[in-house]
Amino acid sequence: MTTKQTASTPERHDGRVAFLAAAAPRRLSSVDVTLRRLFIIAVAIFVAMSLAQPDVFPTLDNFRSMSVQFPELGILAIAIMLTMLTGGIDLSVTAIANLAGILAALVLTRLVSEDAATGQAVGGIVAALLVALGVGLLCGLLNGLLVGYVGITPILATLGTLTLYTGFSTVITGGTAVFAVPQFLFIGDGDVAGIPVPLLIFAVLAILFSIILNRTAFGLKVYLLGTNPTATRFSGISNETVLLRTYLLSGLLGAIAGIIFLARNNAAKPDYGSSYILQAVLIAILGGVNPMGGFGTISGLVLAVLSLQFLSTGLNMLLIQYSGSNFFKEFAWGALLLLVMVIDYFPKLRLTRGKVATPGAGVPAPDPALEEDPQRSAHPR
Amino acid sequence: MLKQKLAKTEVLVALAIVGLAIIFSVINPVFLSVRNLFDLLRSSIVMGMFALGVLVVIVSGGIDVSFTAIAVFAMYVTVKLLKAIDFQGTLLVGFVIAALIGLALGLINALFIARFKLSTLIVTLGTQSLFRGFLLFVVGSQLIRDIPDSMTSFAKLNLITIQTADGTLASLPAAVLLLAAAALVTWLVLQYTLLGRGIYALGGSREAAERAGFPIRRIQLFIYSFVGVLSGIAGLTYGSLNRQANPFDIVGSELDVIAAVVLGGAQITGGRGSVVGTLLGVFLVVIMNNSLILAGIPSVWQKVVIGVIIIIGTGIPAFQQRRAERRARIALAE
Amino acid sequence: MTDVLVQLSNVSKAFAGVKALQDVSLTIRKGEIHCLVGENGSGKSTLIKIIAGVVAPDEGQIVINGKLFPVLHPIDAIHEGIQIIYQDFSLFPNLTVAENIALSSQLAQGRRFVDWGEVRQIARQALDRIHVKLDLDAPVEQVSVANKQLIAISRALVHNARLIVMDEPTTALTRREVRSLFAVIKKLQQDGVATLFVSHKLNEVLEIADRMLILRNGRTVIDADAREFDQARLAYYMTGRQIDESGYEYRRPPNGQTPLLRVEHLALPGSFVDVSFELYPGEIVGLAGLLGSGRTELGLALYGIHPARSGTIAFEGKRVRIDSVQDAVKLGIGYVPEDRLTEGLFLPQSITRNIVVRTIDHLVGALGLTKPRDLVQHAQFWINALNIKTRSPELPVQTLSGGNQQRVVLAKWLASSPKMLILNGPTVGVDIGSKSEIHAIMKRLASQGMALLVISDDMPELLHTCNRILLMKRGRLVEQLSSQSTSEDELTRKVTED
Repeated sequence: MTTKQTASTPERHDGRVAFLAAAAPRRLSSVDVTLRRLFIIAVAIFVAMSLAQPDVFPTLDNFRSMSVQFPELGILAIAIMLTMLTGGIDLSVTAIANLAGILAALVLTRLVSEDAATGQAVGGIVAALLVALGVGLLCGLLNGLLVGYVGITPILATLGTLTLYTGFSTVITGGTAVFAVPQFLFIGDGDVAGIPVPLLIFAVLAILFSIILNRTAFGLKVYLLGTNPTATRFSGISNETVLLRTYLLSGLLGAIAGIIFLARNNAAKPDYGSSYILQAVLIAILGGVNPMGGFGTISGLVLAVLSLQFLSTGLNMLLIQYSGSNFFKEFAWGALLLLVMVIDYFPKLRLTRGKVATPGAGVPAPDPALEEDPQRSAHPR
Repeated sequence: MLKQKLAKTEVLVALAIVGLAIIFSVINPVFLSVRNLFDLLRSSIVMGMFALGVLVVIVSGGIDVSFTAIAVFAMYVTVKLLKAIDFQGTLLVGFVIAALIGLALGLINALFIARFKLSTLIVTLGTQSLFRGFLLFVVGSQLIRDIPDSMTSFAKLNLITIQTADGTLASLPAAVLLLAAAALVTWLVLQYTLLGRGIYALGGSREAAERAGFPIRRIQLFIYSFVGVLSGIAGLTYGSLNRQANPFDIVGSELDVIAAVVLGGAQITGGRGSVVGTLLGVFLVVIMNNSLILAGIPSVWQKVVIGVIIIIGTGIPAFQQRRAERRARIALAE
Repeated sequence: MTDVLVQLSNVSKAFAGVKALQDVSLTIRKGEIHCLVGENGSGKSTLIKIIAGVVAPDEGQIVINGKLFPVLHPIDAIHEGIQIIYQDFSLFPNLTVAENIALSSQLAQGRRFVDWGEVRQIARQALDRIHVKLDLDAPVEQVSVANKQLIAISRALVHNARLIVMDEPTTALTRREVRSLFAVIKKLQQDGVATLFVSHKLNEVLEIADRMLILRNGRTVIDADAREFDQARLAYYMTGRQIDESGYEYRRPPNGQTPLLRVEHLALPGSFVDVSFELYPGEIVGLAGLLGSGRTELGLALYGIHPARSGTIAFEGKRVRIDSVQDAVKLGIGYVPEDRLTEGLFLPQSITRNIVVRTIDHLVGALGLTKPRDLVQHAQFWINALNIKTRSPELPVQTLSGGNQQRVVLAKWLASSPKMLILNGPTVGVDIGSKSEIHAIMKRLASQGMALLVISDDMPELLHTCNRILLMKRGRLVEQLSSQSTSEDELTRKVTED
């Protein structure tokens, strides 16, 4: 990395001032444009699916069913978004979720007998929840230490911890599933004031993290760290602390997702949700998160989650006569991710702000201002 | 000095292997038996071929997680094809088919990475799903147990057969020659072709490579085609050695392969890595995976052990890098 | 005119309506050492890019080796023997010296396979041509900056360069290394290879150039024989006016006030040793010295980026340790970096965010939450105070000019009211107007009680902003000068002599 690029850049900036100042949008920031586009996409998919399956899709039952399915994925997506904002990625979130769920299940089966009254059960349930969250914290702590303090590239570090955590899950369960207790299932099936519990949890988390990212000092530091870690260091920000906290939060979110896994499936396995990482990455990118770091909003993410859920449920309905609709969905998510990335390539259609993705293993790209003049090989008339 | 530096990582890995060998053979002398060594080599074949492909990608500064999907796709489709036409000839034809399929899928990767300049991790994350989803939905999801005879006879073909002390036969499959050939070709390409040096150049500094006139797109096209071809061949080998074509197999082991390549000295940021180091890394991982049982550790601990190895294996160089960077910062401050 | 290599006639180029070059002509002859001189923003970089074929002029003619090029592509320029050495040298850190020198020539020959024997031979020959010995097998990342440059030159020679363009080649070199480089350039001249040497360092330009082209604001000021110039004339032509800034006066209050900063026997082996000095509130002290003298390292040590190993630091009378940036920042020390793009700014982020990054922890209200409106107001205050030209605080900072960007960096620090500010090259890459405004800001801050430590290459800047100048040589603090008592010539002489 060199530091002596100053001599050749000022002219470009002077030249660009006039142009960019003229092009700068007035009231509507590019974030708003992205959100509007996402909103349109979500509505479009909803309408398309409703038209395709008018008897089943736009029904209250279906809404309820969907609103119970997407929260766990949405929570994982928030976790992925967090780490992506810092320019990294946490590939171990699903492994953390599974581990947390497994340990919670074990606590439940130990402390709560199947026929216990709800009053007795509460203690056990709370203990299980605390254990799960604790697991999330510990796993996130390890991730944060490896990425922030030891300095391992996030991909490799979380690849390693992913293997480690899955390994622990395998050892504890012997490779099979463990089960929850009936009193626990309300977290997955129950309602609070008519709102399904998982949806409530997701809504609370979305609002919470929106506040954290937009209204706290920590949030600002996350965005800036993802944009330029050298400048944050020179500005007196402790990169290590910010990274540690980010991965800690990611782990915590993973644990919460794991709790919901357990509650909805009544079981926890070491390898549940293996395709969730892909879907979470897809949602994050679709929602406007730049994998290089520095940009992304919760609102965009929420719209993206909804879009994906509509698509998923719709596809299920359409393909109900074929076996293997899950396989088709796997194909669809891959195709969609590629599509979204390709669209990003064309500046007019871009969904994400900030640096353009460049080939690399997720390692932050060099500053675009240091690149060649974009008008290279212009020809005189 | 570069050779010395590379050798340093390779020497470390080699030492680790020797160390482990000593430990395991003390715990259970069976470790040193010919049969076990042949087993270890057998287990290294498929992983080794994958690792060579991944090495080339990582040296260029990218990462690929779709190669396992390419492998199983090529394997399953080839098997179905051979069975469909009831092909009775040599497996060479099968390998050619598998290689071509792998090439085609690799080119899809190349399209997104070279043409659209997208992040390699996310592209291959996407294509992994794309390929596997397509395979399972369109081609089929049935386990095929009666694989073509050509595959079975290939699997039974042995390079060396030795009578062991207890009267049984220990054999090393001829498939190991495939690995040797792949390693040789990879080494030749990386070391002696301009394309290969271009891969290192690309990993070292993309901008400098462009300025020096290296054809970046062509290089990337080659890289992902190469991985595809290797993966296709490896997939078919896997199917043969396992005597079945299971479309749910192989995918899931990407992490082990990447871990092996990184442990063997390749840097995830690109520009560094060698064939020798990669093979050593693979052997290290294979030893860990296979020898736990010998040491009396239940196989459920495999992942834990691999995870710890990855963390330590990447943590130490990262830590050293940080310290070196702090010193370099002073030099750059000038 | 057959010995004319490159002839640019009346070349103009505008980017988005802003003229980078206007009616500039340049003639480079075979074997000539030609210097392109100008401040940042003068059009130097654009001119180089036109010669390289990377950018096409809007008007004007390009004639190379007697051939007219209506359109010049980079590959044409290369075929004509023009080689550009960029500031980052464009080398491969992971490949060996030999590969870096010779590989692209194998590429140019259209080969498929690498002939390692030939690679080594070519590399060896190229190095011999400039009388340099290097370990061919060393990975380039382990090689010193000066040697990297020589490798870049060798590579250019391998391509049969007839003209080598060097963009600010001496930025990262020590005095001795600069002299070696000049010896190499002179050797090239004997071989008939011309050099276009782009620089803003006046003393070096005068030392090496045969001819000189001075640019200011995109126009030619002078195109003449270099021997007709001395430094004063050169500076005048570059900036367009005599430097008429007044200096900075500081009166130490009587009765020994405690110094804000007192450093004793500070040492960082390999960078500086036995440095002792004091800094009082209200002072602007300059740190002068060549690269390698330890002046930058001293600044970074005081800011905690690379802490000193031994010696004592007393801040406001109390013994302190500065082992990290957090330590420095807690004491109230700030640092305005020279490389603001990488170290000081978050280019795609808004001006507001760039300004509040330092003080965000204090801008939170109850529950640790911030009010976006407050942040914008805060930023607007500084935009007004420092006269930053922008339509809105929410625009990304990359839309600003160099001078305004530097002001944002200043604003970021001023927002936290530091007691002491270390400025490293505060006006590098900044236009003239902003330069004097930034100097005025600095003086204002000092007169309000802040202590400033200014690290700079720019002698006039030091003389006109500092009341005291510390001179460093080879890691030692050799002299403390009062700026009143010295002249630019004397200062330059003291800094550059060995």
